[in-house]
Amino acid sequence: MERLKKYRFFIIMSAGMGVLYLINSKMGESAFHMTYISLLEMMTILPPVFILLGLLDAWVPKEMMMTHIGDKSGIKGILLALFLGSAAAGPLYGAFPVAAILMKKGAKFSNVLIFIGAWSTTKIPMLLFEMASLGKVFALTRLIVDIPGIIIIAMLIEKIMKKDEIEKIYEEAAKM
Amino acid sequence: MNAIMMYGLAITLLVISSIKDKKKTKGALKKGVNSFLNIFPQMLGILTSVGIIFSFFDADTISKIVGSESGWVGVILSAVVGSITLIPGFIAFPMADMVLKNGGGYMQIGAFVSSLMMVGVMTASLEMKYFGKKLTLVRNIIAFFFSLFVAYIIGRVVV
Repeated sequence: MERLKKYRFFIIMSAGMGVLYLINSKMGESAFHMTYISLLEMMTILPPVFILLGLLDAWVPKEMMMTHIGDKSGIKGILLALFLGSAAAGPLYGAFPVAAILMKKGAKFSNVLIFIGAWSTTKIPMLLFEMASLGKVFALTRLIVDIPGIIIIAMLIEKIMKKDEIEKIYEEAAKM
Repeated sequence: MNAIMMYGLAITLLVISSIKDKKKTKGALKKGVNSFLNIFPQMLGILTSVGIIFSFFDADTISKIVGSESGWVGVILSAVVGSITLIPGFIAFPMADMVLKNGGGYMQIGAFVSSLMMVGVMTASLEMKYFGKKLTLVRNIIAFFFSLFVAYIIGRVVV
């Protein structure tokens, strides 16, 4: 029963999709197709991300993480966070559990935010794809605006959040 | 291509890890599987709802919203659509290209692509699970306005 409850949202939405199909079969098909593609993406791209997450948690010691991406890591930490996020694959929601592990291991808050920002928008393979679809000028303009943007946003969010609020997020992450 | 690289990396490290320490590797795998199962039911529901929402926006409808004549209203609407939908990049970019060819403006497409990647209205509930309400709200609101800024720059640079 407990397990079924977890899937309540999905069951309701699937029923909704069925109803949509009965009302308008073309829209129903399009909804199903989109869901299928997104699920396929989730099931193919996320498993290695989660294996790496598990390995990171098991093997990388907290001290190591703290020196490279922690509170005193400075510009090296920023660059590492940008690189880690950009090298990743998969949709943004895959970044959240990884970010939680980074926090658990003592990564600096603003670096975790930079990591999420990079994961969301400066992924290297996606950039190549964006160039092919929308042109070099479009893709590179976005990249050039995004990189400083991600860093500024991270610092802005760090300013907005209160210290105890950040501490609470870290406490939750430590339980992961 | 990217997926293959990720699998290659994950499998290589997994093999090295199990050679070094079997027990630790088992723990790592368990952790990965659990983290995945933790988000799986919720993601299933989210992706299904996005599919339903998406069926309301075909390339035709989107082209109407984001025509190059639509100005800032079109930019903001595009950013809203991008914030709500959640589409893999390999679908989003060709789709954006199609919308462009159907008369969409660069500024509007810039807002759509940027908000699609940075703002996640549908995944906000999941984000809150990890980061709490306030951070999720703050991050998404800032990302929304940043997307409008990106759109403005793209509108000036790309003609």
